[in-house]
Amino acid sequence: MVLTPEQVRHIAKLARILLREDEVEKFSTQLTHIFQYMSVLDEVDTKDVLPTSQVTGLQNVTRPDEVKSWVSREELLGCTELPVEQNQIRVKPVFGE
Amino acid sequence: MSSLAHLTIRELSDGFDAKKFSATEVTQATLEQMRAHNAPLNAYVLTMEEEALSMAAEADVRIATGRRLSVLDGVPCGLKDIFSTKGARTTACSKILANFVPPYDATTVSMLRDAGSVFLGKTNLDEFACGGSSEHSCFGVTKNPWNLEKVAGGSSGGSAAAVAADMAAFTLGTDTGGSIRLPASLCSVVGLKVTYGRVSRSGVIAMASSLDTIGAFSKTVEDSAMVLQQIAGHDERDSTTPLVEVPDYTKNLAKGVKGLRIGLPKEYFTDGVDPEVQKILMDAADVYRKMGAQVSEMSLPMTKYGVAIYYIIMPAELSTNLARFDGIRYGSIPKDIGESLQDMYYHVRGGGFGDEIKRRIMIGTYVLSAGYFDAFYSKAQKVRTLIRQDFDNAFQNFDVLLTPVSPFPAWGIGEKANDPLAMYLADALTIPSSMAGIPGLSVPCGFTKSGLPVGMQLLGSQFAEPLLFQVASAYEQQTSWRNSKPKL
Repeated sequence: MVLTPEQVRHIAKLARILLREDEVEKFSTQLTHIFQYMSVLDEVDTKDVLPTSQVTGLQNVTRPDEVKSWVSREELLGCTELPVEQNQIRVKPVFGE
Repeated sequence: MSSLAHLTIRELSDGFDAKKFSATEVTQATLEQMRAHNAPLNAYVLTMEEEALSMAAEADVRIATGRRLSVLDGVPCGLKDIFSTKGARTTACSKILANFVPPYDATTVSMLRDAGSVFLGKTNLDEFACGGSSEHSCFGVTKNPWNLEKVAGGSSGGSAAAVAADMAAFTLGTDTGGSIRLPASLCSVVGLKVTYGRVSRSGVIAMASSLDTIGAFSKTVEDSAMVLQQIAGHDERDSTTPLVEVPDYTKNLAKGVKGLRIGLPKEYFTDGVDPEVQKILMDAADVYRKMGAQVSEMSLPMTKYGVAIYYIIMPAELSTNLARFDGIRYGSIPKDIGESLQDMYYHVRGGGFGDEIKRRIMIGTYVLSAGYFDAFYSKAQKVRTLIRQDFDNAFQNFDVLLTPVSPFPAWGIGEKANDPLAMYLADALTIPSSMAGIPGLSVPCGFTKSGLPVGMQLLGSQFAEPLLFQVASAYEQQTSWRNSKPKL
């Protein structure tokens, strides 16, 4: 399989990553190479094999629904580089001005 | 020669108890070692000198009054810069977190604080723990203390190099597909990848959530057991930590290996593995035979598919985890963030993530997208089941498995820079056990003719850490590799 520059641009858009044109070319070559390597999996028969999504065997892990002091709102808001107004972070408009 | 910096945790702890030296003296000696050697090695990306000396002074009060908190009280350590440290910059060595100062500690960090350990600083890594060489760091590469032209391995390269160069008594790292074991092997220190779920990951920046584990680098096997003792166990902030009892990890260290069944999986000794590395591993197997272990060849037939499924499952999880980096709640934002929220995402992520992260996010996005999900992601999850079965079957007949850690010794800086796949293959021998969630211990077992370290990997079944320490300790007692030090 080949990952074309068009596909790379599309994936980058889905992943919300801005790429320069030289990056598009480079990643197209490199990702194609990587996906070709993965075709080794075609030789494995996985009929009737159940998928593994985790290895602990734990299910439905719960804890008492109790409010505990953790980190203060001020400390958390202190982590942003964007303007903070009335305990909210001001971001760019979603739909443009 | 700052001899206090050379000591093991056991030697430091015994010395504190006997009041032979103070925690302040040890910390000063280690900081001195860092001043002398960190610049060329680039193991630490942040030095916390003031905090270290204040923590050491507090430890000295406890030492003086015979009220030490644990064996780690007063012992200086380094933390991979992916562990959140309250008030101390935590970057994951990514531009996107260049100025991030966490408002809380990771669970393991607060456990070490409670144990009295002294924090020297934050160590270098491949950005977001993605890489096998520590070259993908926004702070530049960590160099191998044994040869400055070679990589230290990755992703926890800074943590490995710091211990190898006596710039910490121990360090914490993370291992998702080999990120502790590989650099430990390349730098000739002991590196433990724990059973998935054995140590809390709360507060450690997530890479691939079904694989990430926390572990230690140390100078000896006993030290490794002593650190795990302090950080293992259930944490209500990490729902993947089962309520499995934490045993006494140092109890069986002197038990030896007589009668134990050690398997040599033939797929770990193929043409892709450097002949010199294979020879050194065979010598290690002979040491075990002489000590009375039953060593025999066996097979893990699914081994060759490990790298392929890892580079599907891990990027899928990574792209999901890294979706949270949008520059809004935390993280650095560039000057130009465009006019809309969407523009801001593109600019923050395009400018903040390095090449390897972009590659992996794109792989993950692709394999999770409609139309490709079954062919890649579902297929990989099924092959993962078969890899787990390989190990389940193996541990019916063997107590532990003995393999190389890395297919080759440390490679040249820049050598694999333009070939991501070649870099991925460095983890070929550590990935399968990560997929199965079993523990692995990397132990120094020799040097190549050109003087580069080689490590052996001991693998056990889930929660078999005590057995791994026992088997590794027996080897360590019979050999003298740990007495070799890099010429800095």
